[in-house]
Formats: sequence, structure tokens, C-alpha cells
Amino acid sequence: MPDRAAVLSDDELRRNFADIAPPLTSDAALLEANKCLYCHDAPCTIACPTHIDVPAFIKKIASGNLRGSARVILDANPFGHSCARACPVEVLCEGACVLNDRDEEPIKIALLQRHATDYVLERKLKLFEAGPSTGKRVAIIGAGPAGLACARDLRRCGHAVTVFEAKSQPGGLNTYGIAEYKLKADVALAEVQDILDLGVELKTGVTVTSVEDLLRQYDAVFVGVGLGRTKRLGIPGEELRGVIDALTFIEHLKTHPYRETTVGRHVVVIGAGNTAIDAVTQAKRLGAASSTIVYRRGEADMPCYHYEYELAKRDGCGFRFNAAPQRIAGNGAVAGLEITTATGAETIPCDMVIVAIGQDVRTELARPKAHPKVFEGGDCANGGAEIVNAAAEGVAAAKRIDQMLTVDKTTVQDGKGR
Amino acid sequence: MPDLTTNFAGITSPNPFWLASGPPTNTYGQVAKAFDHGWGGAVWKTIGEPIINVFSRYGSVDLGQNRMMGFNNIELISDRPVAENLKEIAEVKRNYPKHAVIASLMVESKRESWHAMVKQTEDTGADGIELNFGCPHGMSERGMGSAVGQVPEYTCQIVEWVKEVATIPVIVKLTPNVTDITYIARAAVKGGADALSLINTINSIVGVDLATFEPQPAVAGKSSHGGYCGPAVKPIALHLVSAVAGDPSVQIPISGIGGISTWRDAAEFIALGAGTLQVCTAVMHYGFRIVEDLIDGLSNWMDERGHRALSDIRGRALPRVAKWEDLDLNYHLLAHIDQDKCIKCELCWTACEDGAHQAIRRLPRNNGGPVVEIIEEACVGCNLCAAVCPVQDCITMRQVPNDYSPTSWKDYVAGKGKLAPRSEHFHTASWVPSRK
Repeated sequence: MPDRAAVLSDDELRRNFADIAPPLTSDAALLEANKCLYCHDAPCTIACPTHIDVPAFIKKIASGNLRGSARVILDANPFGHSCARACPVEVLCEGACVLNDRDEEPIKIALLQRHATDYVLERKLKLFEAGPSTGKRVAIIGAGPAGLACARDLRRCGHAVTVFEAKSQPGGLNTYGIAEYKLKADVALAEVQDILDLGVELKTGVTVTSVEDLLRQYDAVFVGVGLGRTKRLGIPGEELRGVIDALTFIEHLKTHPYRETTVGRHVVVIGAGNTAIDAVTQAKRLGAASSTIVYRRGEADMPCYHYEYELAKRDGCGFRFNAAPQRIAGNGAVAGLEITTATGAETIPCDMVIVAIGQDVRTELARPKAHPKVFEGGDCANGGAEIVNAAAEGVAAAKRIDQMLTVDKTTVQDGKGR
Repeated sequence: MPDLTTNFAGITSPNPFWLASGPPTNTYGQVAKAFDHGWGGAVWKTIGEPIINVFSRYGSVDLGQNRMMGFNNIELISDRPVAENLKEIAEVKRNYPKHAVIASLMVESKRESWHAMVKQTEDTGADGIELNFGCPHGMSERGMGSAVGQVPEYTCQIVEWVKEVATIPVIVKLTPNVTDITYIARAAVKGGADALSLINTINSIVGVDLATFEPQPAVAGKSSHGGYCGPAVKPIALHLVSAVAGDPSVQIPISGIGGISTWRDAAEFIALGAGTLQVCTAVMHYGFRIVEDLIDGLSNWMDERGHRALSDIRGRALPRVAKWEDLDLNYHLLAHIDQDKCIKCELCWTACEDGAHQAIRRLPRNNGGPVVEIIEEACVGCNLCAAVCPVQDCITMRQVPNDYSPTSWKDYVAGKGKLAPRSEHFHTASWVPSRK
């Protein structure tokens, strides 16, 4: 990292990283909830990977039954708190809202979901409990949204669950990787704690290397290890001081007081996915004088969501399209990024380069292919998607695991039966 | 600009919009301000022997974010001395000679008491007297208000006493808290009433605080039934106004009251026979300024329709208020969905399926085409789908012509007329709707 002292005051930093979508007041939530048409077979519910019964939870807000509303949400999606803050609702539930077809703004589903779930979070209400013990044991590798969603529902079914997590804190990217202005680590950890409180055994700082070993001790294994490190650029200069990968940059910001994360004066972010946007905006919000995306293809090819692009533009970030990085220049520390464009070669002066060109798959975990007792979900299975996809896959896996273990229970395999 | 001037039983006013007797007409300052805003008349808050009011008097029924969809009160009549009220009535009348100023009265049921009160009132120069026979709370426990208005004989008797001395028009305000309001209306006519006003408020408990189990509005932990008013009561008032206006033995002017908030409400009351309109709750909610759009909207609507005076529209809907047995059974409707307007909420389907006649079919969502369609052989033209549809004019009811002459139930049971074939599909275990 460039060793540059923070240039913004604590107040400025707090403002810059405050929630980008502040919570609704009770009055605003009621007004919004009463606008919902209560569609049958609602397109918003269909659009949600976890199929939250959106009209039902919104009507419960309208009736003043916030606890019931939160239960509808969290029953379908154990990560309802973080999804309310970080879900790409523009392309999911809100994008599907029928009011769009009446040429109106869609219902603010994400903010209503936050209104209902904040109610139980603030009051520490426990909405779910573990089922009666089945005597079955499931190992989960990875305490991210997929693994913990799976753990939550397995506990509700009464199965014993042990979660192995390589990092020191659970939550996966919810804790370490979501843009600070969307989701703060304390919310992510509180959400996780709710799940752990159902009696999940969590072992942090443990890197599992063999699924086979676990299969000898557990009745099923769920793999939710996410993706690996950020891919390397493979161009000269990547070892220079001031070059950092986006995930490390964001993780540092999320795990330290804001002013302890140093940022360059002129920052270049290579890549144009959603993580690149998180990096370029947060570098700007940390006080970079300029923060610019450099992308080898065109504007229309950017993999990030359109609203993320809009957000970065509003933040004053720059964009260089059709610019292919060739070399990071500098003597010990970054001094510029050499690119080639349609018109020739040039150097963008900068003192920090953040690499955000996607993550490699994890290779450290040895696992059997297609084993009947091994399940998987989340980024490691879907190639990298949203929290809500990971949660949906974790929930679906829990259902399949429970079906498998329940079939076991009713057969007389080990002489005990039931 | 149509002519909105009104002559109501001899009482003239620049327009038909009067303030109803209630909190907005409690003082000179309020009534004078209302006249400055454009109100045509005011019925003063009921005068009688001063009472003591409780603290906490009003309760609201909200619908979603809409406040005061319904409203109730346990407030009594004026708590100001009679002499003070009469002095201010005289001052208002002197300063606003063209506006209608009506005194609302309520005293104990004694001939001398009524005589004395009426005489004092006439000395103010008021244009008319309204007898409050409708207040359903508090005063009724003391033998006044609705305690009088619920008994035809008492109503007739007191109107007679008043008419013995009154030289200005006497309006009798009726309570809806009776089984058949026309009996009371006829009693008032028999007693000599010059006009009627209706409805007074409806008996109600507006709600219960679920934290404390106190009925609302609460007074030191208890409440009492109060008078319900506001937009929620308009349909009840419209019916009762039409019942009285359509009664051949009640041929005196009617002042319509009950949930009037907009010029549309007013026009509906006029169409059902009201000569003037009295407004209270809407003013308590939004202030005297609402009269501007009451006048403007009514005038524009009359202009567009070519009505030049209120007499052109008064009672126009009355001949269309019929007995059910006279309705035409051969008038058939079918719901029609404009698929271009449909936003695919399926509210029509769920309403028809669970709440009506299972006459809408769902289609798969995944093909991008329509998601609902009418099952024509099952549709009974009930209007429910059109009522729940959130898109203007997306579902419309269309007449299905047939060759059968109009036939009412009365005709039918008398063996006259034939019924056109109609939907008789019931959602039994075996019924399967046809595919198109």
C-alpha cells in the first residue's frame, strides 16, 4: 500500500462510508408498504433466488406485524439482513415489480426488507430454534453465506453442524468484502451470530484440505469455500509497492478504522466488474484525488451492474475504456500504468493500482467428484454471484441433505433404526 | 359560470355549501373566516344550557396512510353561555347579511324551555333554526339529541312546540341511529318542519388501544360511544337522503350531511335530492379553504354538462333509485380485460377465484403473453375484478346484448317475461372450464 497519510477528517470519512441507502422511517415504511398491490404469484417473489414471499412480508409491515414480516423474510433467506442492503434489487425483485409496467417507481422492497429485519435485529428477537436432535452430523467448509445458510436450516432440522472457517471471523465476503457504504461488518456479524446461536459449532482459523477426512467423521459435507485470490495481471511491475488486489484492499478497509487504510493520491483500478466498482468508489471515498477504472473493453461490455456504474460516476470516478494495461511503471513504488489504446500507447500517472479482474478458483481443497454425501453451493459452485444466490444454494443444499439424512433415519442400516 | 345561489326553504345563500353544526362553527371568528373563504352558510354549534366537555374527544380511523377516513367524537354541544353564542350569531349575521346563518338548538324537552330558546334565537336575526335531534352521545343520556330523534312522537311534539313561536324556517336534523329514518322524517313533517337535514353522526366505538385495552378516544382509561362521521359514512348518508327524498309524504327540502369532502360528493348528494350540503369533518381535517374547490369543481362539472342552476341537477338520480325487484334480470355484463394495460398482478384472478365466481383463468407467466383471461361462460358480470384492478380502465364491464325483453323479478314471479340464458357454472368438484 502507498504510505500516504489520510487526508480526510474522521467526520468526512464517516460521512463517506455511511449507508448509501439509509433506513426508512416508520412513516415512510408504512406509506411504501401500503403502495404494494399484493400481487398473486408475484413477479418479485419469482425473481428472488430465495423466493421470499415479498407481498406477504410487505403486507405485514402495513398491518404493523414487523416480527411476522421479518420471519417471512428470514425463513426463506437466512441472510435477509445483508441482502436488504447489498442485493442487486434493480435486476431482481424491484426490477420485476409490476408497478414498473404502470410506469411508476417499483416498491422499495430492499428498504422495506431492511425495515422489517432491522426491527428484529435491534431487539435481538430470536425467530427460529433448532429442531430436536437427529443424531446426524454435517460438516460445512466455509462460514460464508452459502455455508451458514445451509447450517441454519440444518440446525432447524435438528442435525448437528460443524463449520470450518479459514479466516478468524465468520461471514465470508459479507464480513470482509461488501462495500462499506452498503453493508457494515457489525451487521454481517450480528446476522451470523443469529445463526450460530442455533447451536452451530464454528471452528475458525482452520483450513480444511481434505473432504475425505471429514466424510469419515460426518454424515454429510457441504462445501462453500467461495473463490480464491484475485487473479494476477501477468504484466511487468505487479510486484511494485502500491499494487494491491481489490479484495485485500476492501478487507483492510472493513477490518480497520477508516483512517488506517491508506490510499493513493491517484488510483487506477484495473477491471470493470462489481468488485472493481467497490474498489474505485471506496478509494475515492477514502480521499483519492482521482480514482479511475481502466478496462480493456468498451463501456457496453462492462460486467458490473448498470446502477453500480452510475454510482461510480456520481462518486466522481473516471473511466478509461478500450485501454489494455501493458506494464506498471515505477522504481520500487508505482508511478504509472502503461496502456495501449486504439490511438497508441500512453502512461496514466498514478501511485496506486488496484487489481480487480476476478478471482481464481480454490485449489487447496482436495475433494471427490460427485460424491452422494458431498454438496456444494455459493461462489465456489456458481463461479461467483450474489449473497442471495449463495444463500439460496445453501438453503437448497440443506433441504437435500436433510432429505438424505431423513431417509437414512427411517431405514435400518446400523441396527438401531427408529 | 353556473348559478350556485340557493334558496332552501326560504333561506338564501350564495352557494349550497354550509358548515355543519360542530366544532368549526363554535365562534364568531371561525364562522366569519369561513364566510371570507367562500362558505355559503353556517349552522352554529348547537346551543343549549352550557355543558362541560371531557378532554380527549375525537377518534380517527385511518386507512393505510389516509388519515381520518372515518372519524368520531364524544364532544357535546357548545360549552359557551347561550347569551354569548346568540350575541355572536347576531354579529355574524349583521356583518355577513347575504350568508345563511342557522342556529342549532337543543334544550330539555319542555314546551316553555323551547319557546324561550326559539324567541331569543329569533332576536339575533338568524335565518333559520336547526333542531338537533341527532346527537347520539352524552346529551341523549339526558333525554335530548337522539333520545328525541329516535321516537317519532317526541320528534313531532317538539317540532310542534317550536313552530308555535318560530317565524323563521325550522330545519329538523335527523339521526341515522334508527331502523327506518322515514318514520322520523314523516313525524317531523307532521309537526310542521320546514326542512330536514341528515344525517347526524352514527353511533360508534372508533377503536381499542391494544396496549391498554382502552376504547378510543380514551378519557382517563375509559371511553363512551360517540358519533361517527367522515368519508366512511357517505354511502350510508346517501342512502338515507335518497330514502327521505324519495318518500312521497316527505315533500320538504333536505340539507345533505355525511362525509362530504369533495365537489363530487356534493354533486351526488344533490343528485339524490339535497338542496344544500353541510360539511364538518373535511373542514376539521383540512380547514375552511376546501370550499374553493367544492365551488370550483362543482361549477366546472356543471358547465361541462350544460347545467345552469342547481335545480337542473337536484334529484336527477332519484328516479333511478329502484326496488331490487324492479331491476332488469336480462341485462347481462361480461368483464373485459385490456391485455395491453394489464400489469400482471393477478389481483383479479385471486379475487374472482376466492371471492366470487371462479371466472378468470390463469395462464403461464413464462411466455410473456397475458397471464389472466375471462372464462366467459362463468362470468356473472359482478364487477369485483374491475373493482380490485389497480389500473384505470384495464378491466371494463361490457354489456352482452340479447334478444330478451327487460324482465324484473316482479315480472318473473308473476309469470311475465322470459329470462335470457345465463352462466350457471358452479365450482363443484367436477366442473372444468372450457378452453378457448
